[in-house]
Amino acid sequence: MEKIRNFSIIAHIDHGKSTLADRLIQYTGIVDQRNFKDQILDDMEIERERGITIKSQAISLPYQAADGTFYTLNLIDTPGHVDFAYEVSRSLASCEGVLLLIDAAQGVQAQTLANLYLAMEHNLEIIPVINKIDLPSADVERVVRQIDSELGLKPESHLKCSAKEGVGIKEILEAIVERIPPPDGSAESPLAALIFDAQYDPFRGTVIHCRIFDGVIRAGDAIRFMSNNAAYKVEEVGHFLLSRSKRDKLTAGEVGYVIAGVKTISDVHIGDTITHDQRACAKPLPGFKDVKPVVFASIYPISADDYEDLSVSLEKYKLNDASFVYEKDASAALGQGFRCGFLGLLHMDIAQERLEREYNQSIILSVPSVRYRFTLKNGDILHVDNPAHYPDGSSIAKSEEPYIRAAMMLPERYLGAVMKLCMAKRGVNSTFKYVGPGRTELVYEMPLAEVIYDFYDRFKSVTQGYGSFDYDVIDYRESNLVLMDILVNGEKVDALSQIVHRDRARARALQACERLKEEIPRQMFKIAIQGAIGGEIIARSTISPFRKDVTAKCYGGDITRKRKLLEKQKKGKKRMKMIGSVSIPQSAFLAVLKSDND
Amino acid sequence: MHIPFCRRKCPYCSFFSETSLDRIPIFLKSLYREIELSRSFFSAFDTIYIGGGTPSVLAAGHLENILNHVLRSFCISSGAEITLEINPADACLDYLKSLAKLGFNRLNIGVQSFDDHALSFLGRRHDRKQALHSINAAFEAGFDNVGIDLIYGIPGQDMPLWLDGLRQAVSLHPCHLSCYQLTIESDTPLGRRYKEKAFAMPSEDEHYNFFMATSEFLESHGYIHYEVSNFAKGMALSSLHNQKYWAHTPYLGLGPSAHSFDGGKRWWNYRSISEYIKALGKGSLPIEDSETLTEEQWKLETVFLGLRTARGIHLPGFSRRYRCELLSGGNISKTNKKAAKFLEIKDDYLCPTRAGLAVADGLASILCFNTFSLKLI
Repeated sequence: MEKIRNFSIIAHIDHGKSTLADRLIQYTGIVDQRNFKDQILDDMEIERERGITIKSQAISLPYQAADGTFYTLNLIDTPGHVDFAYEVSRSLASCEGVLLLIDAAQGVQAQTLANLYLAMEHNLEIIPVINKIDLPSADVERVVRQIDSELGLKPESHLKCSAKEGVGIKEILEAIVERIPPPDGSAESPLAALIFDAQYDPFRGTVIHCRIFDGVIRAGDAIRFMSNNAAYKVEEVGHFLLSRSKRDKLTAGEVGYVIAGVKTISDVHIGDTITHDQRACAKPLPGFKDVKPVVFASIYPISADDYEDLSVSLEKYKLNDASFVYEKDASAALGQGFRCGFLGLLHMDIAQERLEREYNQSIILSVPSVRYRFTLKNGDILHVDNPAHYPDGSSIAKSEEPYIRAAMMLPERYLGAVMKLCMAKRGVNSTFKYVGPGRTELVYEMPLAEVIYDFYDRFKSVTQGYGSFDYDVIDYRESNLVLMDILVNGEKVDALSQIVHRDRARARALQACERLKEEIPRQMFKIAIQGAIGGEIIARSTISPFRKDVTAKCYGGDITRKRKLLEKQKKGKKRMKMIGSVSIPQSAFLAVLKSDND
Repeated sequence: MHIPFCRRKCPYCSFFSETSLDRIPIFLKSLYREIELSRSFFSAFDTIYIGGGTPSVLAAGHLENILNHVLRSFCISSGAEITLEINPADACLDYLKSLAKLGFNRLNIGVQSFDDHALSFLGRRHDRKQALHSINAAFEAGFDNVGIDLIYGIPGQDMPLWLDGLRQAVSLHPCHLSCYQLTIESDTPLGRRYKEKAFAMPSEDEHYNFFMATSEFLESHGYIHYEVSNFAKGMALSSLHNQKYWAHTPYLGLGPSAHSFDGGKRWWNYRSISEYIKALGKGSLPIEDSETLTEEQWKLETVFLGLRTARGIHLPGFSRRYRCELLSGGNISKTNKKAAKFLEIKDDYLCPTRAGLAVADGLASILCFNTFSLKLI
């Protein structure tokens, strides 16, 4: 155990996390140059493109330190967005230390601080690493001062590197060995292993990623998950090299994988504790939460013929994304589809993009919603996350919506603007405190529905990216809710209906009408877009028809060009949904969520 | 036949041409070679159209040689429509007289406008006076069939000014008028200036108003609006040549960038005089590329080309050819009242109304991409 170090790299976005991970991997030589590709831990195409890590990843690096001793360095990569805060916390719980990476030119940023607090919460050894020292705009002195004044860490504790140029990598590896404590725990105690991630392998079922805190796990062991007492038999255990590498056992302090005939990834809960069925540990490892989706939206195939195909794709997708839930749904306007639950808007975005890209699906996503609670006059309690299931208004005794506690960290100079934003979002019971010179923590209680509307984008924009934001769902509170419908040429588009606070209904309806006006292309007839509560029209916009579109000349050379243009148009139409006689592009369904103030 | 030379490039025009006229002799040599090499594909023609570019930069002697080569290689029917495009600045009476003598029987004059401001915006090398003179001279030279081109939607040109131009035009009694909406092509000097916001273009509504007013005015003066941009004093005086493009009739295109069609395949020549000369120098046709239309593409073209013409699409012919009905239900007013604003059925033909011609592209896309149904109008 003395020869093991478990660590993570945490950083503000674009401060070079994936590049540093690449260099560490290269330095230890487990992958030859020929097989190397950038951002080796970011498996998914979409991770590389967006420069964010969505899934946690782990890799064991063999390293011979300067003193000649061989060590195993387990690098646990973490996702980097508030939707996945829980996954991050479980990854950090599996480590003893972190590299806190700071861009030499940009200095300490919002996420640097948020990540630092997260690491401190887990009592981790923190090694500040100043990256990108090769940049002409690098200002190392300033960053060192910030490490002292803003992060409250010892300024002399920092290391300098350029991950891009491969400078300073050896020093980082040495510091990991010297400064991060080895894991403790006892191999003799009953098994306690923390699940920090799980992946689906089409041949082996679910591959559980875990950190062993106590005990030993071997193939053949009878194990059980402590959250639900589900029992399994271990088929295989091993380490993460570039691919899975089978071992006889995993012992206290180690990071590795367990395959135990778990059919679907949904049977595994991140943060759960694995123990032996017969000789269980006294209590589960701390911090387990059953993460529940908070944002709901429906997915429909653009063409009804693709429903079966979409159904199969969702089934496959679900195997890789345990936080994603779905069930069958039907819309009068959009036909057969699925109601889906997500951890947040980014999660929803990613799911949509992966379904389109990896599974080649053309889909329409309805307006996202939170889960509301209605108490009916007959005493029944109804949970509604789909506006289509909004109960008859006269039967409702009480309407409630979920509230969150939003914790925001930001430089003092943005305080006024953020408070104004929070108030506009129906935020209440604010508190704030100074956490460092010029830095404040602001806490508000807000309806979750306001946050999924467009809060995060606007928060980022008013704090110019310097604010970080985290939230917890706290409770349900009574609220004056109404169902707002959108009609296109008199036809209700149920996928555009929203449950909203009565005071916000008119503004929201107007905004939706204006957005749709921008998104729906002009057609050969007039299109009326209306927002309505019950039978009452509360907002309206009109798209005037186009009256001239014909090209002036169409002789010999123009015909092929014109035909190709029409053929291109036809392709574009495939991404549109017909509502009555109006073609509505996919983008329109999401655009209604964007506010004008961006 | 595309003559790829102009004395000056007009800033709005995206047709292929060059201003260095010293390559005319070597171009003509190549053209004669191309005519000779093409004789195996096509045999007989009943229309010849020499356009460009500016074919009137060629001397009458050059044009005589071209016609002689054509006659030597192909069979030209008696009474064939033989059109030459001319620039008003080139239209001196003697030149026109010699053209008539050569056998040209139709002149299409690139007047574009009778307003000097508009002409200078368009970068034309003629003025109002030359425009008026060219038309009179064409008649005086003995041409019966004279057509002129006009452009509307020019920045600074309002409706009264445009209608003045039309009034001026009809007072000169041309047999044929082509009225084009000024189209901004991105790869032209005008396109670049437009991108830099050097001037503003009329709105779509204004374009629509120009289009409708033009059609109403000319029809009230005895012209038939037979295609989106074309008007003729009686169908006998419509451009027989141009109608071939809209009816999928085969045609042979000669010269750089010219397109040809043999009833199944379409091909086009290099858009470069050097490439054109080089290929023919080696004894091969100067073809850059070709396409063979699929059944689906045929159908699409039949619809969008047909809807550009007042004659429209022959419904029984369409269903015979493509084994499907263009109109589900077969009757417009019963299917959809709004559609009647754009389309009508006359003697088995589905034809666009005046408002329908203005949105012919939109109609084609609805008819083709929504499985031939008018539900969507």
